[in-house]
Amino acid sequence: MSDVKKLTVNGIEVEFTTERNILEVARKAGIKIPTFCYQSELSIYGACRMCVCEVATPAKDREGNVTYRTMLMAACSTAPMDGMIVKTDTADIRAMRKVAVELLLANHTVDCPNCVRSADCELQDVARRLGVTKVRYRQNDKPQPIDDSSPSIVRDPNKCILCGNCVRVCRELQGVSAIDFENRGSNAKVAPAFDGKLNDSACVNCGQCAAVCPTGAITVKQDIQKVWDALYDKTKTVAIQIAPAVRMALGEEFGLAPGTNVEGKMVAALRLMGFQHIYDTNFTADLTIWEEATEFKNRVLNGGVLPMFTSCCPAWVKYAETFCPDMLPNLSTCRSPQAMFSSLAKKVLPAELGCEQKDLFMVSIMPCTAKKMEAGLEKFNEEDGTPETDAVITTSELARMIKSMGIDFAALEPSTFDKPLGFGTSAGLIFGTSGGVMEAALRYAYEDLTGTKLEDINFTAVRGMDEVKTASVTLNVNGQDVTVNVAVVYGLRKAGELVKKIKAGEMDVQFVEVMACPGGCISGAGQPIGVTRAKRVARQDGTYATDATAAVQKSQDNTTVADCYQATLGGQPNSHEAHHLLHTIYVKRDIVK
Amino acid sequence: MQETIEKTQEMIAHENAVRQILEQNNNDPSRLIPILQQIQDMDKYLSKEAIMQVAVELDIPVSHIYGVATFYAHFSLNPKGKHIIRLCDGTACHVKKSHGILNKLYSKLGLSDENRTTKDLLFTVEIVSCLGACGLAPVMVLDEHVHGQCTPEMAETLIDEIIANEKAGN
Repeated sequence: MSDVKKLTVNGIEVEFTTERNILEVARKAGIKIPTFCYQSELSIYGACRMCVCEVATPAKDREGNVTYRTMLMAACSTAPMDGMIVKTDTADIRAMRKVAVELLLANHTVDCPNCVRSADCELQDVARRLGVTKVRYRQNDKPQPIDDSSPSIVRDPNKCILCGNCVRVCRELQGVSAIDFENRGSNAKVAPAFDGKLNDSACVNCGQCAAVCPTGAITVKQDIQKVWDALYDKTKTVAIQIAPAVRMALGEEFGLAPGTNVEGKMVAALRLMGFQHIYDTNFTADLTIWEEATEFKNRVLNGGVLPMFTSCCPAWVKYAETFCPDMLPNLSTCRSPQAMFSSLAKKVLPAELGCEQKDLFMVSIMPCTAKKMEAGLEKFNEEDGTPETDAVITTSELARMIKSMGIDFAALEPSTFDKPLGFGTSAGLIFGTSGGVMEAALRYAYEDLTGTKLEDINFTAVRGMDEVKTASVTLNVNGQDVTVNVAVVYGLRKAGELVKKIKAGEMDVQFVEVMACPGGCISGAGQPIGVTRAKRVARQDGTYATDATAAVQKSQDNTTVADCYQATLGGQPNSHEAHHLLHTIYVKRDIVK
Repeated sequence: MQETIEKTQEMIAHENAVRQILEQNNNDPSRLIPILQQIQDMDKYLSKEAIMQVAVELDIPVSHIYGVATFYAHFSLNPKGKHIIRLCDGTACHVKKSHGILNKLYSKLGLSDENRTTKDLLFTVEIVSCLGACGLAPVMVLDEHVHGQCTPEMAETLIDEIIANEKAGN
């Protein structure tokens, strides 16, 4: 038998190797079989029956003649076999898919024009592909209440098609299981335990459920109106910060290739919309490195609690507060770059922009839904009880605002961020990808600890799409070699496993970076809908490509940050002033998981 | 004060009882269904507290346990009465006018399709699809006793007997 395995899809011969099902093989042949419940990075569920195909499987009889057994099989849960003959579209299959979509639509609130997911909806897309022009069945379900208790996510059970993507991503990627199926048959639904509110559950607000939802059943909470209102309010001075990962994905909404850095066009679009003070969260990413690397150094030198975990990801912080409260002393006390930015901005910008603090409206544009939750935390309020961050919108929401202005994004001439908080190094930019915070910290720590210049800035061991990455870095400190073991992890289930290993003494590591989303913030739930692994990789590659050609690649070389320390932050990292503005505390969350 | 102490003691005793059930099942998450069955045998239903305790002690997400508990008709998340009346509404019993008995039970006990347990937690009325005694239709099972060829009047008499017994302190 030859090593090359082949099957035919609609008459086209396709080779396959490690593809786990016919659906993947068909995609290789350029045929996109419709599916709602298949997500290549999750377990196979086979619930929606949309991908059912006619599969002829070869078998040899006693005389050695090849005969075929033909059956209708779900392509997602059928392993490819050498010599299989697959038909993805026959009259029977087409009719069956159409009935299935009609049945789904019968139990679906069809309010497409005003649904957040309109035009990004797989149910809509498949219905259109199959030519479903009318639904022959009656709606029988009683309307169910919408759950908008969470600051990040809105659940509308009336649009749920029970594909289970959200249940699996919450369990398999994040290890949280805030939601699961409940009841049975026609009463089945996806909800938190005891049919409760999402905000009362163990949900960490990562929003990955919304990212994998094929319909509008779980969506990102929209805060666009708050931003328009502030922009058109004459008494308000609106300042914007934009997170590193946003510029690596925003272009996708306007037909640009995934991984294209659209920083300049993005700033230009915001100027056209009327925003006057546009700053870069990369600035506080650099600031985070000064604070966090110094904190790490002090923990090492003074026998503090190790390993130290990063604290940039609010979903991870909430996870730690809920699931491993005994590890809270291990979390860096640094606020996330968003929270650092807003607290610093509310302190320095009023004088700079000539407004009162109460009239300064801080908007952040994030790839993230958990940042919406973080902005509402009481500990990040000003003394008068108002939030430091007034509104958080996602990359997708920004795209929607740009589209509503009718701006031809792709044709825009690039613009640049404003001073003083608008300059970040490429070490700040790589915060947007898994491994980036670690790499930026290592670039800082190397020079800080060894006193010598770092020539090769690339710590490639912590890059890439592996869920867990480890590296050892040897530094020459005062003539002695010191080895630092670091680990980088994404997905909170994996992070939880890592914590268990560390507690059991099975892992010797001093510094751990955790991000909740696959590949880091570049795949945050606020990014454009319809993320594939290829897009994640492209966004990562784009980030490192910008880093490779950047003029300033180390956070310690950001002179604006140095100036800021002199003017506002007590002269040096971890000073009293820096602690007040840039650090935080963590509290155990008493929630039944 | 005394009441609070008693309540706390009751809670602790219940927690210990649940823990004992978990230990009998080797704290094995794959034995979730038998564990829930045993808890239901003890309490007559699955309380929120018991479900949460199982979630914490076995390290299973509470949403998962709730999913299992609501999937099987066997499990109840609402407290059940001391006496359980199961009225058959299978084909044979239905034809033999089981509905008349149901209406009698509902009016006698002040119950409805939505509310099947009396406020004093004395009775729960359940409708079942078949008890396998079609020859005796219509059939009503009161606690573990089968009453064949039941009538609304018989049902009322049986309930009155129980109420009288309960009043007498038996």
